[in-house]
Amino acid sequence: MKPPPFKYIPAESLEHALEQMAEHGDAAKLLAGGQSLIPAMNFRVLQPSVLIDLNRVDSLEYIESEDDGTLLLGAMTRQRDLEKSEAVEQVSPLLHEAMPHIAHPQIRTRGTLGGSLAHADPAAELPVIVIAGGARLRATGPDGDRWIEAKEFFEGMFSTSLRPEEVLVEVAFPPNSPGSGWSFEETSRRRGDYAMMGIAVQVELDADGVCKQARLVYLNAGDGPIEAEQAASILRGEAPSTEVFASAAIEAAEKEIDPLGNIHATVDFQRHLARVLTVRALEKAFARARAQLT
Amino acid sequence: MTETHPISATINGQPHTGDVEPRMLLSDYLRHELELTGTHVGCEHGVCGACTVLLDGQPVRSCLMLAVQADGHEVSTVEGLASSTEDLHPIQEAFWEAHGLQCGFCTPGFLMTLVPFLAENPDPTEIEIREAISGNLCRCTGYQNIVEAAKLAAETMRE
Repeated sequence: MKPPPFKYIPAESLEHALEQMAEHGDAAKLLAGGQSLIPAMNFRVLQPSVLIDLNRVDSLEYIESEDDGTLLLGAMTRQRDLEKSEAVEQVSPLLHEAMPHIAHPQIRTRGTLGGSLAHADPAAELPVIVIAGGARLRATGPDGDRWIEAKEFFEGMFSTSLRPEEVLVEVAFPPNSPGSGWSFEETSRRRGDYAMMGIAVQVELDADGVCKQARLVYLNAGDGPIEAEQAASILRGEAPSTEVFASAAIEAAEKEIDPLGNIHATVDFQRHLARVLTVRALEKAFARARAQLT
Repeated sequence: MTETHPISATINGQPHTGDVEPRMLLSDYLRHELELTGTHVGCEHGVCGACTVLLDGQPVRSCLMLAVQADGHEVSTVEGLASSTEDLHPIQEAFWEAHGLQCGFCTPGFLMTLVPFLAENPDPTEIEIREAISGNLCRCTGYQNIVEAAKLAAETMRE
């Protein structure tokens, strides 16, 4: 057998999971889809002595639209279900566009939204999507609920602002306003592999076609999802143009991201990819924003 | 003595009950306890796809699931595809016909990936087929004949 022995606790409800977390403290790990945790246990990189399995907590698996258009997603919603959901496609087309890039179909059938976010892999797609999409994350602990802005959630390599006694339970995506555009681009050696570089873009045009808001967030570009705020400020207040896209791309790729390089891509190549993908993503996002206006 | 958990699942259509140690992976349970050795184990960390089985009809990596998690679910393995060696599944026929395998190690994983894919996409493009099998590694064929087999299977099953 690959993983070392552990005590297995199938949580019957969220309350049950919280109780068990309180009882076992640091010794326990939550098991969501298991697509990162189980390999780490198979390698014995992680050796939790208690596993609290959330897979039977059906109340954490849902896709719902609120009256104001907000999309509410349960943390245990499978990535494959997000990929196929019409509600996701309508409210958060950015999330919809990114889903097929997340690993392989066999991984997405098990992998969950909350699991990937809480794992906080800098090369993962979902962290950059929740930041670019302006989502908020809800955590529950012994003291009740608290909402965390997506950009406040990630604290570096595999670290989040979740407290040890908390569970990530829900993600809320705001609806797009008129004049919104979005795009997700990544380059990987093979579809589904970890991307060498990737970017999620969410923009908004005002009625005159001037950029009102822009968010550019990069994956595999540092020790967590990297938001390029200077590049965004170059875009704000300008009418979209090739020149503006090029300066924003250079700003982000040369100054704001901090790629680590790996066996598949040197730092220089990652910066090159970031520049190319930024221009591509901005072109697509602003074209969509214009189409929303007309 | 390690604690075990009772499980009750449907394996290839047959009811099954057992007692498992929590750390037993589903792939190892199928192979070592149930002797369903058609499910192959390559990398054991979710990269190669050789251990793909269906959980409630959806493809999953059986090396990234604990056997105890199969409790209450339906698991289908490659052994469940054909009723006999004389009566192969159309996808198996197509792999035979189009020479979609050489050493055969990766084949069960490809078959179990393609079964649900072709059920959802009866008329896929070549790009869709290549994306569908992107999570399965084959070191012999160069994939060309696997893609051909998938096309052939889709064609046969549409008829």
